[in-house]
Amino acid sequence: MMFKKLALGATVAASVLTAGFAAQAQDAINFVHNTYRTGAFSGSGIPVGDGTRDYFTMLNNRDGGIGGVRINFEECETAYDTRRSVECYEQGKAKNTILYVPWSTGATLAAIPRAHIDKIPIFSMGYGLSASAVGDVFPWVFNMPITYWDGANAFIQHVAQQEGGFDKLRGKTIGLLHLDAPFGKEPIPILEALAKQHGFNLKLYPVAPAEMQNQSSVWLTIRRDRTDWVYNQGWGAMNPTAVREAARGGFPVNRLVGVWWAGGDDDARPAGDAGRGYRALNWHQTGANFPVIQDIIKHVVDRGQSLSAKEKVGENLYNRGVYQAIIIAEAIKNAQAITGKKVINGEDMRRGLEALNMTEAKWAAAGAPGFASPFRVTCSDHNSQSAVYVMEWDGKAWKRLSADIQPQKEQVRPLLEEAAKAFATSNAGWPARTEACQNNS
Amino acid sequence: MFYRETGQFKTNYADDMAIFPIRQDRIGIAIIIAIALILPFVASDFVLKTILLPFLALSVAVIGLNILTGYTGLISLGSAGFMGVGAYACYKLTTLFPEVNIIIWIFASGFFAAAVGVFFGLPSLRIKGLYLAVATLAAQFFLQWAFVRIPWLFNYNPSGAIEVPLRTLFGVPITGPTAELEVKYLICLGFVIGMTWLASNLVHGRIGRSWMAVRDMDIAAELMGIKLLNAKLLAFAVSSFFCGVSGALFVFLYLGGAEAGTEFAIRLSFLILFAVIIGGTGSMIGSFFGTAFIVALPTILKFGAPAIGIAITGATAEKIVLMIIGALTIYLLIVEPHGLARLWQIMKQKLRVWPFPY
Repeated sequence: MMFKKLALGATVAASVLTAGFAAQAQDAINFVHNTYRTGAFSGSGIPVGDGTRDYFTMLNNRDGGIGGVRINFEECETAYDTRRSVECYEQGKAKNTILYVPWSTGATLAAIPRAHIDKIPIFSMGYGLSASAVGDVFPWVFNMPITYWDGANAFIQHVAQQEGGFDKLRGKTIGLLHLDAPFGKEPIPILEALAKQHGFNLKLYPVAPAEMQNQSSVWLTIRRDRTDWVYNQGWGAMNPTAVREAARGGFPVNRLVGVWWAGGDDDARPAGDAGRGYRALNWHQTGANFPVIQDIIKHVVDRGQSLSAKEKVGENLYNRGVYQAIIIAEAIKNAQAITGKKVINGEDMRRGLEALNMTEAKWAAAGAPGFASPFRVTCSDHNSQSAVYVMEWDGKAWKRLSADIQPQKEQVRPLLEEAAKAFATSNAGWPARTEACQNNS
Repeated sequence: MFYRETGQFKTNYADDMAIFPIRQDRIGIAIIIAIALILPFVASDFVLKTILLPFLALSVAVIGLNILTGYTGLISLGSAGFMGVGAYACYKLTTLFPEVNIIIWIFASGFFAAAVGVFFGLPSLRIKGLYLAVATLAAQFFLQWAFVRIPWLFNYNPSGAIEVPLRTLFGVPITGPTAELEVKYLICLGFVIGMTWLASNLVHGRIGRSWMAVRDMDIAAELMGIKLLNAKLLAFAVSSFFCGVSGALFVFLYLGGAEAGTEFAIRLSFLILFAVIIGGTGSMIGSFFGTAFIVALPTILKFGAPAIGIAITGATAEKIVLMIIGALTIYLLIVEPHGLARLWQIMKQKLRVWPFPY
């Protein structure tokens, strides 16, 4: 009796241990994508995950995949937890994923040292390690289209535009409301440098992760400091709270500008009428008026294959997921063209990503004309430091407010290179780049 | 029938005091260690990395908290913070003195955690129970705050992370990206066996007895001549020492570099406490049961269930895990305060009299 039970248990355990790794069908491209539909950051994680998932489902339904090969798209739930993300990385590796998309700074940092060993490229779109923009040091990591440092730089440019010139910044007080975690603190060095250069006072307003939904004391301080502008480097539950508290405390919400991760529709909406005027940086358009979004609605949402509600399709963070998926799909096409293979692997994908040249024509061909500004990845520039624009919440939807703001590359790039060098020296034995440069096709 | 001590006579006191008085138990332990040594060469990389390594690294912390909570009766919610102290201490030590072997530093980082633990253990002389839990909670929040705010701790890294450098032992890389999983596993296993041996000897000796006396009734213990100050602070020191070593193992051998300020958050403290409760307070083997439950259950549910054909999404699995752990914690607290370890003991008792129970 005992032994029977034991034997049964052992068989079940053994099958659990081995089953997950059954070989995948060879005629598909495997892509395991991290998402978080649970946890404190799920408010931001769900729409992004939906956008990416729906785009690949649409490609499979409409075109039968990419280049005639189906995309075996799979989600892996991380709950924004590094330990779960490590699991998802291993799961991806076991399933021969062509690309690792961490969707959290901690997970990116944990994966970066393994990328060149496991031959799985990493795409951390506008987050992660800023220094990984330097492709000479990080050939396997890509973080297009912009870094947090560029974002902070663009924010100050926007403030200068609004105030009537950089010389008007002198004596102003500009605050950084940030999540008290590495992600939130990233813009500090750039803002400090700019404060020195333009003579404004920089105030830091950290929000502890446990206090994300309780910011009343922070906003009290902001009022007392008579802060003129606040830059919000937040994510998840922190953002709607910031907008609500700003409105409640009488801080003009049109002087509160969020980083691109603080620009979700659900970040601004809960504040109601008072949230009207909240601003955020962005690098792609919102709304459903693009052929690609219409195709998603037709081929995925209307067939009931999407996890997203129909009215959420086309919201900002949903479109961010689509944006990411378009870039990944384009890189897959590149890789197929470069190698002549249909089913590519991680190494081919790295070459495909390095050959990315998202011209206006490419965006249009992907069904997204004017959806985002063109950018180009090169061997040494894995970021492109592209332009952002400022958008404003009108109470129902995001509306474009400013023209494109080009970050000052000459200020940011040397800092990126310095940080990359520091990474290589502090990680003794960091390999010099041996991967051949991929010429843009 | 097979599990019976008939005929095993104890002829001296040492035999009588042995931790494993029954020969079958000794054989069992030997078999478990042998399996643990063979395991890395048969298990897949996925199992090694996502189940076995975190299991080994965290089990040290669970033993540590069990010493404090299970043996001394002091509740702590700061275990993750103390783990963080170990991780950051190890990082600072190995970057400041790279020529000293990392294994020494992993062990030494425990002392830093112990010092911090003693400091935050001071209130335990005055406050008890729930109030002590709140005081240690303060330690947790303070330490987490410190990891993010003191840039010296992470060598002024702009992303605020600690990155595990490459370190070798006899020319074989044991930490850093190029280290083989099998090597990391064996190092971790060595630590776990050594630390368990240490903990087991502590709790079975004079010190352990004084801890248990304090746990059962501290006034009585004091009357019998046990110095509460020494006993309680020593428990905090030893417990934090274990947590510190565990934290160093966790970052250096398992995660391999992380944003540790968020890694060592209150959530992890709770998981460690749940592991102690589920596994069994005041039991060494229970610590391992509890850790296995906390570490393996989510992974097996998330990746194992779909593999054997149960359609379950990752998000659902995460929620189910939370529900199971919560329900089981409450259930065990009410029905079986000694946790899975007690069930194990009952099973052994039944086996002894099998097949003729009386």
